[in-house]
Parts: sequence; C-alpha cells; structure tokens
Amino acid sequence: MVPLDYYLVLSAIIFVIGVAGVLIRRNIIVILMSIELMLNAVNLTFIAFSRALGSMDGQVIVFFVMTVAAAEAVVGLAIVISVFRHRQTLDPREMQLLKW
Amino acid sequence: MTTPMIFFLILAGLSVAFSLLVVFQRNVVHSAMALVATLFLIAVLFLTLDAVMVGILQILVYAGAIMVLFLFVIMLLNPEVLEGRSVVWWVLGSLAALLLLFEFVPLLTGTAGPVSGPGPADGSFGSPEMLAQSLFSDFVLPFEVASVLLLVAIIGAVVLAKRES
Repeated sequence: MVPLDYYLVLSAIIFVIGVAGVLIRRNIIVILMSIELMLNAVNLTFIAFSRALGSMDGQVIVFFVMTVAAAEAVVGLAIVISVFRHRQTLDPREMQLLKW
Repeated sequence: MTTPMIFFLILAGLSVAFSLLVVFQRNVVHSAMALVATLFLIAVLFLTLDAVMVGILQILVYAGAIMVLFLFVIMLLNPEVLEGRSVVWWVLGSLAALLLLFEFVPLLTGTAGPVSGPGPADGSFGSPEMLAQSLFSDFVLPFEVASVLLLVAIIGAVVLAKRES
C-alpha cells in the first residue's frame, strides 16, 4: 500500500507548480490553466484523505470543487474574450484599468 | 518495492513532468495539451484511491468539457505572439514557489495523525451509489446551490461574451 504522505507530497508539488505558473506566466489563458492545476492538486488531497479516513465526504467535496472550477473557467474565459475584443492583448499587465 | 508503489511512482513522476510542461512552455496550445495529460494522470490516481466515480467525472468534465472550452478560446483568439521570457522574473517566481513547497511538505506530512496510509476498504467505497447517497442526504443544500451557481455562470458567460451592438 502506498502511504498517505506520498499522495500529500505529490499534491503539494503539483499545487506549487500551479503557483509558479500564476507568478511567472504573462498569458492570461495559461494563468487560468495554472489555477485549474492548483484546484486539481487540492482535489487529490481531498481524495487521499477521504480514502485514508474511510469517509465519502471528501469525494463529495471534490464533486463541488469540480462544479466551481467549471463555473470559474467559463466566466474567466468569457472575461478573457471580452478583454481581448477591447484591447487585443492577453497580457495581464495591460489589464490595469481598475488598478488604483 | 511493491507493485502499487511502482505504479504510484510512475504516475506521480509523469504527472509532475506534465504539469511542469504546462507552466514552462511558451506555446499555449502545447500547454493545454500537457494539462489534458496531467488531468488524465490525476484521474488515474483517483482510481488508485478507490474514487471511481470522481475519476470518471474528472475525465468527462475536466479533460473533456473544460479543456475543450480552453482550446476553443485559444483557437478563437489565436494569440500568435509568443510571450517573452524575462529570466529574472522566472527565477524569482520559481524560487518563491519552491519556498512555498518547503512550507507545505512538513505541514502536510505532520498532520497525517493515526492514519498511516490508505487502508483496506470494502468494494463499495467510492461507487456511484455511495457518492449519490452522501450527495442527496447530507449535502442536498450545497447540491442545489451548485446548480444555481452553474446557472449563474451560464448567464454570466453569455452576457460577458456577447458582442455589444
């Protein structure tokens, strides 16, 4: 049997790769994809704990996280399309109209 | 080393490699394809943890629907300019992320408590029946709220992406 810690460390690594993507990349679509990566890492933690503790609650929470991730991707990509239509760019540094 | 361990290590190595490809690649379409591969590998990891229903949902919803949406938007906007690499920023960002990793690992491995690893479970664990029973008994209200959330997301996306006339 694979110890629980291995799964937790793996999901921490994937989460951190997602954080690096959000910090480094200058393409708003890749930043959204990195956020999906982070959500998936957290899902893996939930599933691992659900299996280790023998409770279905973790899997149900993952179900809800997937719902929220779908909604987030849809609205985020709609915003990206709308911004691209006005500014012809995908660079988040150009999207600073609301910045104080 | 036992067979599940070797299987897990192969899956873990591949998923880390593909998620690195998502982040450290300049072509957006290649990043999206690497993300599809990562999502598939994480779905297989779900299956090794007896989460059959969630693994199938992961492939259908994530690797299927959401990634097709991403690819559609990439093709629609067609950003042909590759983003420039600023080496300082990449090094600083990677270092900050690595710091976060060194924060996470002791935090996660310390809290495992009495449970040392995935224990044996009976065959029905993670089946659609158990998920549905949990979903429609303890989590009815969040389930309904999730449906309203999806409706709001649909309306929001249509309103946002509509061309102003």
